Amino acid sequence: MERAVDVLIVGAGPAGLAAAARLAAAGAGRVEVLERERTAGGVPRHCARGGFGAFTGPGYARRAVRAAVRAGAVVRTGAGATGWAGPLTLEVTAPTGLERITARAVVLATGARERPRGARLVPGSRPAGVFGTGELQQSVELFGLRRERIGRRAVVVGSEPVARHAARTLRRAGVTVAAVVADRPRGPRLPGPVLRGATVVELVGRGRLSGVVVRGADGRTGLLRCDTVVFTGDWIPEHELARTGGVPLDRATLGPAVDPAFRTPVPGVFAVGNLLRGVEPAVVAAAEGRAVAAAVLARLAGAPWPGPGVPVAPEGALRWASPNRLTGPAPAVLLRPADRLVRPLLTVTQDDRILYEARLPGLVEPHRSLRPPTGWTADVDPAGGPVVIRLDGTGARPTPAPARSRPH
Amino acid sequence: MTVTRRGALPDGPGPGAAYDVTVVGAGVVGCAIARELARYSLRVALVEASGDVGEGSSKANTAILHTGFDAVPGSLEARLVREGGRLLAAYARETGIPVEPVGALLVAWDEEQLAALPRLAAKAERNGHHGTRPVGAAELRTLEPHLGPGALGALAVPDESVVCPWTTPLAYATQAVRSGVDLHLDCPVEKVRPGGPGTPHRLITRRGVLRTRYLVNACGLYADAFDALVGRYDFTVTPRRGQLLVFDKLARGLVRHILLPVPGVLGKGVLVAPTVYGNVLLGPTAEDLDDKTATGSTAEGLAALRAQGGRILPALLDEEVTAVYAGLRAATGAEDYRIAAHPGLRYVTVGGIRSTGLTASLALGRHTVGLLADAGLELGPERPLAPVTMPNLGEAFPRPYRDAARIARDPAYGEIVCHCERVTRGEIRDALASTVPPASLDGLRRRTRARGGRCQGFSCGAAVRVLFEEGTR
Repeated sequence: MERAVDVLIVGAGPAGLAAAARLAAAGAGRVEVLERERTAGGVPRHCARGGFGAFTGPGYARRAVRAAVRAGAVVRTGAGATGWAGPLTLEVTAPTGLERITARAVVLATGARERPRGARLVPGSRPAGVFGTGELQQSVELFGLRRERIGRRAVVVGSEPVARHAARTLRRAGVTVAAVVADRPRGPRLPGPVLRGATVVELVGRGRLSGVVVRGADGRTGLLRCDTVVFTGDWIPEHELARTGGVPLDRATLGPAVDPAFRTPVPGVFAVGNLLRGVEPAVVAAAEGRAVAAAVLARLAGAPWPGPGVPVAPEGALRWASPNRLTGPAPAVLLRPADRLVRPLLTVTQDDRILYEARLPGLVEPHRSLRPPTGWTADVDPAGGPVVIRLDGTGARPTPAPARSRPH
Repeated sequence: MTVTRRGALPDGPGPGAAYDVTVVGAGVVGCAIARELARYSLRVALVEASGDVGEGSSKANTAILHTGFDAVPGSLEARLVREGGRLLAAYARETGIPVEPVGALLVAWDEEQLAALPRLAAKAERNGHHGTRPVGAAELRTLEPHLGPGALGALAVPDESVVCPWTTPLAYATQAVRSGVDLHLDCPVEKVRPGGPGTPHRLITRRGVLRTRYLVNACGLYADAFDALVGRYDFTVTPRRGQLLVFDKLARGLVRHILLPVPGVLGKGVLVAPTVYGNVLLGPTAEDLDDKTATGSTAEGLAALRAQGGRILPALLDEEVTAVYAGLRAATGAEDYRIAAHPGLRYVTVGGIRSTGLTASLALGRHTVGLLADAGLELGPERPLAPVTMPNLGEAFPRPYRDAARIARDPAYGEIVCHCERVTRGEIRDALASTVPPASLDGLRRRTRARGGRCQGFSCGAAVRVLFEEGTR
C-alpha cells in the first residue's frame, strides 16, 4: 500500500513522541509515528525506577504516548520501518501488510542499544546466561521473569549509571549480584561489591555460564563464579535506517551528523534523541524531540535546506560533540568527556581563532555530558574551517578519543 | 515421524527386532547418511549425544560451499567434495537452503603468493575445475574496491559459493525423519557391545539399549573415541580450533567475493567472506588443541584476526562485530578423510571429515551407503524421499517480512519480533512446530536467526525467550 503523510517519525521513544506531540499541536498536518515494538514509549517502559522527571519509567512512557496522541499524532505500534523506497519514502512491515509511506519530512528517532558481549570482543565460551540491560529489564519488568528463569548469581559489567540500574533490576528479580566489574578506576557510585579498574577477560562454562575471569586493577586475574552476566552501557546509536538511507554519520558519535536544528545532510531527514550519540537521559532526548519541531515546520513551509555548514571536531579529552555541524547559532551543545577530569580547560577555536575559553568548575565525569554556554556559536565563520572543541585536564596529558570511527 | 529427546528408546516393531542401521552423530555428515538411507525400506536410527542436529563442528564453520579446486588431487576428499558440491548446490535449489554463488578470489599479497597462483590453477585443473583465471592488480581493485593496499593479483575461482550451514543438516534431518528415520537426541552412546554373526550390536546409551544390525560412526570430533568403543584404533582426532568474527550486515557492501588466502609456508591464513545472512565473516584461526570441548575464543585469537582482517579489508575494522564464535575441525594428521568399512563388524567409520564436510556431505552419504551395501546390507528398491522446503534465512532471497501475499494470508508474518534480523512471529511459531523443533534458544536462532543480529537480544531477547518458552511448554 502506498500512502503519504506530512511528517513520519520513526521510533516512539521519548524523542519521537515529544516531536510528534509538538508537531501535531503546531498543526503540521498528518503526523505519524512508527513503533516497531508492540507498545509505544521506548526504553523507559522497562525502567522501573525514578529519574524521569517526577515519574518512574513506565509512567513517563505512558504520559509521553498520551501527550502525542492527544495532540493529534497517529502512533502506530508493531509497524517496523525496514528500509527506504525513495529519498523520503519508507518501507514498512506490519501485521496489516506492507506499506510505502512517503513524507514531506522524516524524523529518525530510533534510539540506541548497548554493545553486546561479541561486539566488545570478550573471549571465552558461548554459554547461556549472558544478558544486556535491555533484555534483562524487559524480562523482569515486562515479562515478570524471576530468579528461576534468569539466574541465581550474577556479575554486572560496566561503569556507567546503567550498571546500577541493572544491579537493582537483578536484585528485584531475586538474583544475587556477586559483583559489579567496572572498568573505570573511579566513576559512579554503585551499591554492593564493585571491582574498579577491572575487566572481564573471559567467559567460562559449557551450556550455562559458570563464571567470568576478571583481571583486576593490579593485573592479577581470578575466576568469579556466577551463572549470569549482564553487559551494560557502551552505547551505540541504532543507526541502521540512517545508514541505509544514505545519511552520513559523525565519526565520533556514530549517529547522523546533524546541525543545531537536527537536520541531517539529506534534505527532509531529521534525527533526534539517542540515535545521535548513545544514551542521554530521557528528558534530554525528549527536549531534542520538542526542539526539532521548529525546523520541521520550516521545512514543511518550504524553507531551503541549509548546506553542510562547518564541521565540529572534538579533541583532547572529548569523546564526542553534538551537534556535529554548525549552520548557524546553536541553542545547545552537548559534549561528552572521555575521562574523569578536575577543573579541565575547555577551548573552542576556528582557524586558530579562539571563540571560547573557560576552565570548568569541579569535576567532569565520563558518564555525564557537559552543556557549555553557546554564545560563541554566533561568532563561527560559516566560510571558515572546522570548529575545534577541546577539553584538557589540568597538568594531565590529554587523552585521545577512542579509535572508533567510521569514514563517510 | 519420530524425534525423541527423553525417555527410554522405543523398542523394535516386533519382539526382538532391531534397527537395520544406526548412524551415530547427527552432524551434517550423519544427517546426510541417514537421509540417504531413508531412500530404502530400512529401519534406520540417527542417534545424537547433544540436544540438536548440527550442534558440534557443523554449526561453527566458514559456511563455504567449496568447488574442491584446492583439494589433494586423487584423494577421496577431492572426489567427494567435487561431487558433494554439485549435489548440495542442486539440493539447495530444490529445498530452499540459501546458497549465494559469489565466487572466490585467491588474493596474492606478495611476490611469493603471486608466484603460487599458477600452481593453484594447475591443481584446480587436476581436480576437474577448469574455470579459474588470473586477475591482475588493476582488475582486482575494480572487483574488490575496498581491498587493502598491496594486493598484487588474484586467482578467480568462480562457482565457490556461500551456503547456510545451519539449514543444511536440518534439511537432511527433516527429510530423513519425514521419510521414516527415528532421530534420538540427547542420547549419548556410552558402550557398544558388538554383535556376533546373526546377532545385532547393542548400543548402551544413557537412555537405554538400542539394537542395530549395522552401525555407522559419524561422530566427528569423537570418531576416534567411538571407534575405541568397538575396538578400533585406526586414527586419533586432534581438534583444530578456528575462531571467527562475524561483522555487522552494514559491512556487507565492503566485500563481493570470498577472499581466500593463498596457502603458504607460514600457514593457511584467514579468509574474508560474505555470509548468506548478509554479514561478513573473518577467520578462521588454526590452533591444534587436545581438548575436544575447547570451543571458546581467546583474546590472542581475536586480536590476530583483527590484525589480519585489517590488512585484507581495512574498512572492516570500523564496522561493528555482531558475534564471535569458534569451531573445531576434526584433524587426524592425514590429508584425506578417514573412512573405513569393517564388513566383519558390520561397521563403517566416517572419520576425519575436516572443514570440507559440509560441502561433501551428500556425497559422503552416498559413499557411506555404498560401503554399507558392500558390507552386506541389503538395500532393496529405492523409494522417493519425502519432500522438504526449508524456511529461507538468506538475505538474497525473499524473506517473509517482505512478502505481502504471505502476510495477507497470515498476519503473523507481518509481526517482526527480532528487528535486527527481521524475524517474524510466524517464523518462530513455524520453527517451534517443525519436524525437528529447537531444544534451546540457540537452536531457535539457527532455525530463524532470532537473537542472532547486531543487538544480540538487547531489543528482542526477552520477547523471543517468552515465545520459545510458550512454544515448547
